[in-house]
Amino acid sequence: MSDETHQTSTPFGQATAGAVTILPIVVAVLPIGLLFGAVAAQKGLSPLEVALMSATVFAGGSQFVAIDIWQDPVSIGVMTFSALLVNIRHILMGASFAPKLKRFSRGQKYVAAFFLVDEIWAVAERRAMDRTITPAWYAGLALPLYAAWLASTTTGSIVGAALGDPSRYGLDFVFPAVFIFLVAGFWKGPKTGAVLAASTIAAVVTHTFVEGAWYIAAGALAGVATAAFATDVETLAPPAPEAAFDSGDTR
Amino acid sequence: MSIDPTTLFAILGMATATYLTRIAGFVLVSHVRMGKRIETALQAVPPAVLMSVIAPTAFATGYAEAGATVITAAAAFRLPLLAVIAVGVGSLLVLRVVIG
Repeated sequence: MSDETHQTSTPFGQATAGAVTILPIVVAVLPIGLLFGAVAAQKGLSPLEVALMSATVFAGGSQFVAIDIWQDPVSIGVMTFSALLVNIRHILMGASFAPKLKRFSRGQKYVAAFFLVDEIWAVAERRAMDRTITPAWYAGLALPLYAAWLASTTTGSIVGAALGDPSRYGLDFVFPAVFIFLVAGFWKGPKTGAVLAASTIAAVVTHTFVEGAWYIAAGALAGVATAAFATDVETLAPPAPEAAFDSGDTR
Repeated sequence: MSIDPTTLFAILGMATATYLTRIAGFVLVSHVRMGKRIETALQAVPPAVLMSVIAPTAFATGYAEAGATVITAAAAFRLPLLAVIAVGVGSLLVLRVVIG
């Protein structure tokens, strides 16, 4: 992901390293943000309302879902519940992430949690596999993406309609591509393959039969359960193949 | 330019719900003793969550999207992020023309 191999010692150096790491994702988020703002404007939201939503919610997925089901007058309850549902995966993400923030104070952890969007979280989790995350590095990672999301969504709501249909340019595939790249960063061999297969099947089946965003939670739980079950299989199996899996992380 | 009161409260409701889900996991693990199994399970959270978010788009939208997903995945192990995005968007556009 990032190419620097040494741990920079100054906070400024760490923040710079974080910013360099997130830069490609910042570039990718700009068209998506413009698109979000444009669609929100079509639904009747003012640029100020779009800016407020991006600044306080800061969650691309649930913001798109919210705009998709937005009606005038809007239902506060439906919007709140929808955000809760789309973001239930954050509970698992936070549980996985929290133990990696040893260098963070209690207050810093609660600030860090606010910026826990999928992309920031995935990049930080990947980094935590190799070294300890520092608050400065995380700030360098999170703030550029936050600024880019706020600026691009607000701009989109102002320039709006001129953009046209995003699928004409294949822009609807920008974020799936980002996510596929991030998934590849966590590849550790067949064990990961089993987790991905379980998540895919559970998510697609749930998405087909259940209304709403339950498929994300269902897929996440299926993958995590598969990983937990795989531990049992390993305990019964001879240890040799396990060693092969561990050395397989050579991308 | 203005903020409608109902819209304001809908946005604040979304913001509160989102932040609660983001800190819930932090609070949860501080009350759970980490066994080997929980640790292994939590290690699988990143790929499981990311895969679940994109699975319907990738595999339940159409043949063009499924094909582009496979091509993008192959690129993801070899290329930097921006190149992978280019491959993903490019292959989807080509496949949409070819498959229709």
